[in-house]
Amino acid sequence: MPQSEVPAHLADPAENESVTPQPPAEPVVRYAPASAPDPAEAEVLARAQAGDHHAFAQLYALHKRRIYSLCLRMVGNIAEAEDMTQEAFLQLHRKIATFRGDSAFSTWLHRLAINVVLMQLRKKGLNLISLDEAMEPTPEEGPGRSFGAPDLRLSGSIDRLALERAVADLPAGYRLIFILHDVEGYEHNEIATMLDCSIGNSKSQLHKARLKLRETLQAQGRTSAKETQS
Amino acid sequence: MSGEPKQISCAEFQSHLSELIGSGADVSAHPHLQNCALCQALLADLQTIADAARQLFTNVEPPDDLWKQIESAIEKEENEEDKDTH
Ligand SMILES: [Zn+2]
Repeated sequence: MPQSEVPAHLADPAENESVTPQPPAEPVVRYAPASAPDPAEAEVLARAQAGDHHAFAQLYALHKRRIYSLCLRMVGNIAEAEDMTQEAFLQLHRKIATFRGDSAFSTWLHRLAINVVLMQLRKKGLNLISLDEAMEPTPEEGPGRSFGAPDLRLSGSIDRLALERAVADLPAGYRLIFILHDVEGYEHNEIATMLDCSIGNSKSQLHKARLKLRETLQAQGRTSAKETQS
Repeated sequence: MSGEPKQISCAEFQSHLSELIGSGADVSAHPHLQNCALCQALLADLQTIADAARQLFTNVEPPDDLWKQIESAIEKEENEEDKDTH
């Protein structure tokens, strides 16, 4: 399926990476760089703030990939990710005039989208920091069982699809913290504020999320090793 | 036969691992890791996963018709506002 084209002048420069699995020179999606914002975007932003619909459409084109991908990672399914993206841009439309430029616009929009997703998840009654998840027994069972022999060690390179699948399979609370911290680059104190939990809780959930991912990836590795043997 | 008295077990080390990593300290310098290949491998794997998360997740394109939906939702909202104000 061909990817729809974004005109070059609208394309987010941070997102021009191709599909190569090689690690890019810098992290893919982090906070907006501290460098000065693109003057062309600043102008579009100012027009959108003044109520120009065409400018708002341009802002959408500039940020849709990043916001949709964020929503998709956080909720783990396409239909909901579309709803959340729509809600995020609706909120943006309502609030855009209040953006004062204290932070980069892309950072502000990113936070707005996260809050939209968290609010929707809470509305659906999802306990973001689930006690069950937090209480799930992990290392106590001993190293022999959970933390296999060295030959099960991940090879040092992880397949992108395998990782995406493993993340999508995480319990919702683990996934949120893993995405916010390891993928999006937020600090534990910021996550604790967003999720209304303690910093310690954020740290321990992240650790458990990574342990769970390791388990899943090791299991996948064993399966594919068997397949190649036979 | 319990070896050096200060040596902690893998279970004990691993039960503190979350705090150790979260504290920002250099976990790889921890004494337990100096002679435990199992926990070394665990730590390396967790690091690999964190690095992969940072590098592997690429952004994807939303469906083309999403903008149409957003546009009409905005229009609807604005029409309602107009009704309220008039
Ligand atoms: Zn050990």
